[in-house]
Amino acid sequence: MLEIRNLHAGIDGKEILKGINLTVNKGEIHAIMGPNGSGKSTLAKVLAGHPQYEVTAGEILYEGRNLLEMSPDQRAREGVFMAFQYPIEVPGVSNAQFLRLAYNEKRKHLGEEELDPLEFKDLLKERAKVVEMDATLMSRSVNEGFSGGEKKRNEILQMAVLEPKLAVLDETDSGLDIDALRIVANGVNQLLTPNNAIIVVTHYQRLLNYIVPDFVHVLASGRIAREGGKELALELESKGYDWIKTADSGKGAVAPAQ
Amino acid sequence: MVTELVKSENSYQAAFREVRELSPAAPWLELVRNSAIDRFEQLGFPSVREEEWKYTNLATLAKESFVPATNAQHFDVGDGSRFAYPETRGAHLVVVDGFLREDLSETSALGDIVATDLFSAVSDARYNKIIRKYLARNAGYHNNGLAALNTAFLQSGVFVWIPKNVKLEKPVQITFIGGTANSATFPRVLVVAEENSSAMLIENFVAGGEERYFTNAVAEIVLKDGAHLGHYRLQRDSKKAFHVSTTSAELGRASRYDTTSINLGAQLSRHDVSVVMDHEGAETSVDGLYMVDSFQHTDTHSVIDHKQPHCTSHQLYKGILDGNARAVFNGKIFVREGAQKTDAIQTNKNLLLSERAHVDTKPQLEIYADDVKCAHGAAVGQIEPEELFYLETRGIGPELGRSLLTYGFAEEVIAKIKLESIRAELDAIVLRQLHTSLEA
Repeated sequence: MLEIRNLHAGIDGKEILKGINLTVNKGEIHAIMGPNGSGKSTLAKVLAGHPQYEVTAGEILYEGRNLLEMSPDQRAREGVFMAFQYPIEVPGVSNAQFLRLAYNEKRKHLGEEELDPLEFKDLLKERAKVVEMDATLMSRSVNEGFSGGEKKRNEILQMAVLEPKLAVLDETDSGLDIDALRIVANGVNQLLTPNNAIIVVTHYQRLLNYIVPDFVHVLASGRIAREGGKELALELESKGYDWIKTADSGKGAVAPAQ
Repeated sequence: MVTELVKSENSYQAAFREVRELSPAAPWLELVRNSAIDRFEQLGFPSVREEEWKYTNLATLAKESFVPATNAQHFDVGDGSRFAYPETRGAHLVVVDGFLREDLSETSALGDIVATDLFSAVSDARYNKIIRKYLARNAGYHNNGLAALNTAFLQSGVFVWIPKNVKLEKPVQITFIGGTANSATFPRVLVVAEENSSAMLIENFVAGGEERYFTNAVAEIVLKDGAHLGHYRLQRDSKKAFHVSTTSAELGRASRYDTTSINLGAQLSRHDVSVVMDHEGAETSVDGLYMVDSFQHTDTHSVIDHKQPHCTSHQLYKGILDGNARAVFNGKIFVREGAQKTDAIQTNKNLLLSERAHVDTKPQLEIYADDVKCAHGAAVGQIEPEELFYLETRGIGPELGRSLLTYGFAEEVIAKIKLESIRAELDAIVLRQLHTSLEA
């Protein structure tokens, strides 16, 4: 589904990713971990197509196509989704309006019929159960006045509505208390199918207790420094990130897990 | 230029003599009109040398020879009811070129509310005293050349009287149709809401066509103790027209005045809105939205005067500018000595959709009391790239995204409007480019 080859990228002329290789197949959950400043969020933003990030070398293939040639909205309609670390507030536009517009843009793109407000309301009601979302939040402006936890749940609700093939969750666990974390993780787990894939970007291991990854990739200084199964996350939890930084300084990227 | 100005002002004086002959008024009103034209002769059109007119130049307006309309009977506007919102059926007054057209108006659902020709009501014994007391009281013409000109040309207009304790659910709508090419028209409204009455008024300025004309409107509003008035003002004059207007309200004890002004039309528009709270416990919200593009110019000057304690004023004005459009917002809040426990908030936010659009905004607070809660702020910004990116990551393309964010920006004002059909109409105008319905 996704192949990242020797990806170099940065912002404002500063290189942050220095040769990332990563392959994600259908049905897999990948965790990207690493200390602050290692390039985790940059990778997520490059996948979503943030205009401020510049790719200087390498390529990203999504379903065999060049992802980097696609605009952010095209990527989204083709099934790439990013849950934001800091979801944006959109005053004056209700959650329901916004979600229906996004949903219908995708349907149009796929040549499917758009849903009218009533039809969409039913669909939304169904999907909202995934993240135990209160109906009152649907008529409120997108993320405006939402608590941190509500914002993160709203991101997963959007994922539930848009049904992406590839979902990138950027620090979705940050700012969540344990109950909200469980709800969000449950939601994500319900959305995993044999035909989609999820990349979980996280600093801490605790989210991975709920969303259990098939592969863990540890970033340090813009490169993948360690790769392994879910045990690697536990090892990081007990040892911290320092041992990776010292053990791998100057070492090139290792081969991606297959 | 000076000679041309004089010529144009002289032509108003010539027309005034004609008006005096055509529609003779009661002696006291004759006196008012005479002193108003004298005052206009002295003041003339405001100039950019005056602080309050620094950013709005009326030189072009002053130079042009607009012809004051003396009657509107020959102007065919077709079916007047097509301008009525569904909610106001049966309570719709049509004013053409400043003249109330009873033949086009519907008054069957007005109930106990009186809405009639202001000029004729002056000679009606039932209303004579009220009109004499309140006409030209809040929109004084002594310091305002434009109000003076309007007052001098008072030959029709609308008088709305809401008797004591009368509460009308149905909104009353006045549609002002302007459209005769090169005409100068002087719509005039006087609203007197007696004790504990409650009503809603819509002033709807529309163009009969795309002609160049000059609208100079004045509305005076008097709320007695405990009266409630909702007031929507929609300005959609022709994009070639000049629209200047004054709205002045005085609020009685524990009265409530909520007004929203929507400015969309005219090549140049100016709205002076003032609310005076000289009795305790009055509340007002003074909101507005201006949306202009191309070479349009729109200017709002507001004065909210807290003269007595325990009054509340909340003001939210938003502007959306595209093309080479220009907007001015100047909002003054006075909190006079002794006006303790005043609660006043004023906000002006502007969204620029083009690099050539320009806004001059100046919120001002002058406080002479010490136990008050006051805040004000102004902002001028563009569509936030991060907001647009967020929408893009959800499959909403940049063009649609910009429309959606613009819609959201306007919605803060539109959503407060209590009439569904006005909301829907404004949504549709904002969403021109957004080829989808957003109801959900």
